[in-house]
Amino acid sequence: MDQVLLARIQFAMTIGFHFIFPPLTIGLAWMLVIFEAIGWKKKDEVYAAIGKFFGKILGLIFAVGVASGIVMEFQFGTNWAEYSKFVGDIFGAPLAAEGVFAFFLESTFLGLYIFGREKVSKGTHWFSIFMVAVGSTISGFWILVANSWQQTPAGYVVRNGRAELTDFWASVFNPSTMPRFYHTIDAALISAAFFVAGVSAYYLIKNKHTEVAKTSLRFAIVFGLIVSVLEVFPFGHEHAKQVAETQPEKFAATQGLYTSQEGAPIAIFAFPTDHPPTLKVPIEIPGLLSWMAFGDFKAKIKGINEFPRENIPPLFLTFVSYHNMVVLGMYFILIMAIASYLLYKKKLFENKKILTVLKWSVPLPLIAIQLGWIAAEVGRQPWIVYHLMKTKDAVSFTVGTGELLFSIILFALIYILLGSIFLVLLFKKIKHGPEPIAKEALQ
Amino acid sequence: MIDLNIIWFVLVGVLIIGYAVLDGFDLGVGVIQLFTKDENERKVNINSIGPVWDGNEVWLLTGGGALFAAFPIVYATVFSGFYIAFMLLLYFLVFRAVSFEFRKFSESPEAKRRWDLAFAIGSFGPALLFGVAIGNIMRGLPIEIIDGKIVSNITFLGILNPYSLLIGILGLVMFTMHGAIYLTMKTEGNHQQKMINWANKTWMGFIVLYVISTLSTFFVAPYLFNGMLKNPLFWTLFILLLLSIVYIPVGLKAKRFGYTFLASAINIASIVGLFALSLFPRLVPSSIDLANYSLTIYNASSTQRTLETMLIIALIGVPIVLAYTIVIYRIFRGKVILTKDSY
Repeated sequence: MDQVLLARIQFAMTIGFHFIFPPLTIGLAWMLVIFEAIGWKKKDEVYAAIGKFFGKILGLIFAVGVASGIVMEFQFGTNWAEYSKFVGDIFGAPLAAEGVFAFFLESTFLGLYIFGREKVSKGTHWFSIFMVAVGSTISGFWILVANSWQQTPAGYVVRNGRAELTDFWASVFNPSTMPRFYHTIDAALISAAFFVAGVSAYYLIKNKHTEVAKTSLRFAIVFGLIVSVLEVFPFGHEHAKQVAETQPEKFAATQGLYTSQEGAPIAIFAFPTDHPPTLKVPIEIPGLLSWMAFGDFKAKIKGINEFPRENIPPLFLTFVSYHNMVVLGMYFILIMAIASYLLYKKKLFENKKILTVLKWSVPLPLIAIQLGWIAAEVGRQPWIVYHLMKTKDAVSFTVGTGELLFSIILFALIYILLGSIFLVLLFKKIKHGPEPIAKEALQ
Repeated sequence: MIDLNIIWFVLVGVLIIGYAVLDGFDLGVGVIQLFTKDENERKVNINSIGPVWDGNEVWLLTGGGALFAAFPIVYATVFSGFYIAFMLLLYFLVFRAVSFEFRKFSESPEAKRRWDLAFAIGSFGPALLFGVAIGNIMRGLPIEIIDGKIVSNITFLGILNPYSLLIGILGLVMFTMHGAIYLTMKTEGNHQQKMINWANKTWMGFIVLYVISTLSTFFVAPYLFNGMLKNPLFWTLFILLLLSIVYIPVGLKAKRFGYTFLASAINIASIVGLFALSLFPRLVPSSIDLANYSLTIYNASSTQRTLETMLIIALIGVPIVLAYTIVIYRIFRGKVILTKDSY
């Protein structure tokens, strides 16, 4: 195996594991901002209990996010030294800004949120979770700035063998930053909505903590429906339009458009093959892709055939991960819509079927996030910085395959261990449930 | 005209000092945890840093980000060069980071003990490795610049040389002393007395190690002393170091733990300051050709535009960070009180 492949495996593994936790952190933090506000302002004991319970779980999720995030901050230097030298003048700034504007904020205020419940006023305590939510969202922003610059670099000039900054704001708000920011942060909100809904559904099935669970489920369903719809329209749609415009070969790969067409169809289902690029047994809707990308059913879209063979991404993985993400996105809307309808008809809490579906759906948004990320990153290949630097030229040439194998095994073991312990502790906490609310408070 | 490269050298130094002073006592508490048998004392120890350790660790992450942004060549060369050592460091830090919450969520005493151990080892490792890294940089690294390309030949075994290990142990003892002094502010009665003893003993160890390290540095890296005797900043830092280190046992005896902690913080800050000053303007000295191959604040830096942008970011961000950090430290000042929310 070669260095590049091993370095990529390690990066995929470490980012994949890390990327489970920040979305839940961001989403849960924002939901807690609302829970804690209702608990505090309306003196609502049920919401206060929900806040307290999910607040504790946030602490656990945050911890694993921090732990796995430390690795990410340094991995560009350890494993991607050539990349770091080439982009340092631009790529380092968002990482440093993330530290100064986001990490400090979320970490410091999370300490206050977890330890300060009995120590500071209710208002200060609410402010602490608000700052955690703001901090984690800003963190998401800067990391997406950095990654978006890899997708659609801007505000730079290549000079002295590296990319040098010419316009800071152009590099920050490069063409893909905002579409990806909305799409990713909203995905985080979906993951938290499904998490809260799933845990609440579990209690209702078990007929435990029903008072708390009904309230949290009601909130999570309505919230979940809104964010699930927003994720597709406008955020997903806007992001797709941006990719079609700025990264046509990636767009073609995600859509399975292998030959240029006017009035290109959308492939709903197909088996893609790489050699030669074909879609087997496709189910297609004619013209829709052209409309989606350019608002015109007749518009011409470039297919994979128009790009040099060595510059196109892996077709199978890009197509399959993108399409499964879309399927899951549709599923989220459907489930939340059905649940909302049942809620409206006052039949949700007794409907064991939908409650069971909700319970088992908890991991699905996190899977969709992973798939979306794979589509985004694999779809950019063979470039590490789109049209500027190839991934194969970006690794640390001083780090040998033996060292890489060592660290891959090390991280695989750590993450398997931490991941399993995390799940055990999480399940135990969920089983234990929120603290009981005094009876008189309920009346 | 202000020299942005020098400003960023100072700012990275400030971030390292911030990290060493703040997360330094977390690491020290972790080292002490390794030798603490009493269940309740262990609980007080870990909770003494519970609300603040995560914010403290961010100084390291931000330092890493700032180094990447300001001196990407150093970030890339050193981190990839120290690959295995760095992976071990990350391994320790990962375990330390989860140990707090995992301890809280575990119910059985055995499981809690396991996470105490993870916290302790996860602190011991970095407390040692940071010094080893500093020692290696002071010795100089085998870096060459061939046809404008930086070529380094750093091996894991090369990193583990006696001098660097000595500096590693110096750092370990320094952080342990810092942690013990921090705990004197946070504990009471018998537990506090134990921490005073820890502080006194590590203080003696620190002085012995500091003298040996300084003497060794004369032989291993004499260039670090060039021009220092005529440099007023050197003398300022050196006198600060002497005063603070002399004050520590005095302050402990007088039970003025807050001032003692401040002295310990100044001690760490002046040591890092002296290290930076003697290195300047180099960031990574080359052991092959110090004059021509070293990475300096000029040949390893980002462009002026980036340094300028980053300076604006720092000027906006850092004061805000300091403001709320101080507020939160004030909220959690005083002795540890164990509650339901404790770890």
